[in-house]
Amino acid sequence: MSALPLVALVGNPNAGKSALFNALTGARQKTGNYPGVTVERHSGRISLDDGRPAELVDLPGTYSLTPTSPDEAVTRDVVMGRQAGERRPAAIIIVVDACNLDNHLRFALELIALGLPCVVALNMVDLAERDGLTLSAEKLSAELGVPVIPTIAVRKRGLEDLRTAVTDALSTAPSQADRAVTTPVALGDLRREASRLAHAAILAERPARRTTRMIDSVVLHPIAGPIILFATLFAMFQLVYSAAEAPVALIEAGLGQIQDWVLRVMPDNLLRSAIIDGVIAGVGAVIVFLPQILVLFAFILVLEMSGYMVRAAFIMDRLMAGVGLSGRAFIPLLSSFACAVPGIMATRTIEDPRDRLTTILIAPLMTCSARLPVYAVIIGAFIPDQRVGPGIGLQGLVLFGLYLSGIAGAMLAALLIRRTMVPGRSLGFMMEMPRYQLPSLKDVALGLWQRAVSFLKRAGTIIALTTLVLWALLSFPQVPNGSAKSQIDHSIAGRIASGLEVVVAPIGFNRDMALALIPAMAAREVAVSALATTYAVDAKDEATTEQRLRERLRAGWTLPMALAFLAWFVFAPQCISTIAVVRRETNGWKWPAIMVGYLFALAYVAAGATYWFATSLGL
Amino acid sequence: MQLDTLPLNRVARIIEVDWSQLGEAEGHRLRCLGFEAGVEVEPLHRGWLLARDPLAVRVGRMTVAIRLAHASAVTVAPL
Repeated sequence: MSALPLVALVGNPNAGKSALFNALTGARQKTGNYPGVTVERHSGRISLDDGRPAELVDLPGTYSLTPTSPDEAVTRDVVMGRQAGERRPAAIIIVVDACNLDNHLRFALELIALGLPCVVALNMVDLAERDGLTLSAEKLSAELGVPVIPTIAVRKRGLEDLRTAVTDALSTAPSQADRAVTTPVALGDLRREASRLAHAAILAERPARRTTRMIDSVVLHPIAGPIILFATLFAMFQLVYSAAEAPVALIEAGLGQIQDWVLRVMPDNLLRSAIIDGVIAGVGAVIVFLPQILVLFAFILVLEMSGYMVRAAFIMDRLMAGVGLSGRAFIPLLSSFACAVPGIMATRTIEDPRDRLTTILIAPLMTCSARLPVYAVIIGAFIPDQRVGPGIGLQGLVLFGLYLSGIAGAMLAALLIRRTMVPGRSLGFMMEMPRYQLPSLKDVALGLWQRAVSFLKRAGTIIALTTLVLWALLSFPQVPNGSAKSQIDHSIAGRIASGLEVVVAPIGFNRDMALALIPAMAAREVAVSALATTYAVDAKDEATTEQRLRERLRAGWTLPMALAFLAWFVFAPQCISTIAVVRRETNGWKWPAIMVGYLFALAYVAAGATYWFATSLGL
Repeated sequence: MQLDTLPLNRVARIIEVDWSQLGEAEGHRLRCLGFEAGVEVEPLHRGWLLARDPLAVRVGRMTVAIRLAHASAVTVAPL
């Protein structure tokens, strides 16, 4: 692709850049990484008017060319042609929010001064109109000296005009690129010039933001606000269970049919056992949770795209400040509920290095989607499915409790980390609160699709592989005919687990549980398929449905044991990908080592306390 | 009068910002968010229950969340 001309999409945060990127490239997107730094590179192919293709790259949103975070530094370096592994853009599309010209034009002026051919996308003109602004793109274009195209990214308006303007900009490239002006201009001067331009372009103006102010007066209300936030989060977790029910049943039925088919066409041998107990059971047990994970991601995406996420950060700032963090950490932490890996990567938007490090260290305590399969199976097996109130199920309540335990642990950890390991004053909380917007279905669908693919890739590769390895560990050496020993006791895994059992016996874990912890290091959800494989092998039972697993768990474990197992998974750093990302983000092994150490200690203590407390209650 | 003591829904104009009271990164971000002498501001919301922190303030046509510690660096004149 390197021969194609590069066009960069640049703009302030909240200018609607990503929506414009999605609208221009459709599903033809590639996600990669800039070399040396851990900033994601989103690119896609667009076709120009003359039929030639070009590569469009979506640069991280920033307020100016003076960066305050690694993401913003990438944007500056790319447009200045200094970013390693990236060619200098042949043209840039400057995305400005039509409702916020004063602010966004300042950055636009800074970018235009670079001398690259540019086109300004005057985005969200529909909202500006609703906001009481009548704008003249022609006037603005005349003042700026570059083409200005009104666009509505979410409705795909103005995209053709934008494409034409980019084509023109690329063909006039050589003559303009010569006048590269890179003298830094004072921020105040730019600001005044931007205000002047904005006033020139605004033909009529009424007071701003009626709708947004009305919604804010409710969701930021000192009493109603937090109630709405917690109700939203609570509804999210209840829905994870109820909305996913039907598709889960469908997937289970499908897996059962595949299993039956394998049983019919293959003779009873070691290979069939490997396919059914290893591959199908392992991958199947994970894919079954895809619906729940998608529901969760859909919620997070909608919250983010609608603009509510920043309000949530606002409400949470006070609490976060109490443990030495800012409301900004709320978004990475909330993302960590889906997966700690993107959550930890999202901490890059936190400018303050101390805030950022603390957030990284506590992010694994947020209950990620990989824990859901483990929780779902154990809760399904041990917690009765009964109502404790209107619309409130006991199972959902226990799940909510597990999430809260993780949050409480994280708060405590943040407080201690901030006092001991990373002391000092932080930047605090400064954030733009964007207008509310109805998220476009397509943008949500695209985001969900990307996440589903990456989840299934993991399920298909790492998880299938570990399940297969585990099956081998469990199946070899084979128990001799006529021996009284069971296959598990005789296998390699059984012997490793016997050693581990000594360590975890004081917290109530039996050998099967110790065994499940080993492959769960690859990814937590593997614990489920590990348990499935373990019990299938032990019972020589080939029809391993989730129902069967639950029955076997009920038969093999007591309630205190199950609760201790849940408590372990609330805290334990059982995920190699997370540890690897922390190493990458903190540039060394010191912080991941500290993180793994404190989390295992926490998990051990929590599981032990749970076990002994539950036992003393006679559960 | 400082921005942190301006009552909610009271429109004011920024007289000056005491940049020396802010760190370099804080000052830069505050400028980027539109805090500049002459700009119209209006405090809209505060944190929950009895907490006065943080503060949501309209700056020009934009709404920005900041903490009171930073708002106290901004001198305003009610309109």
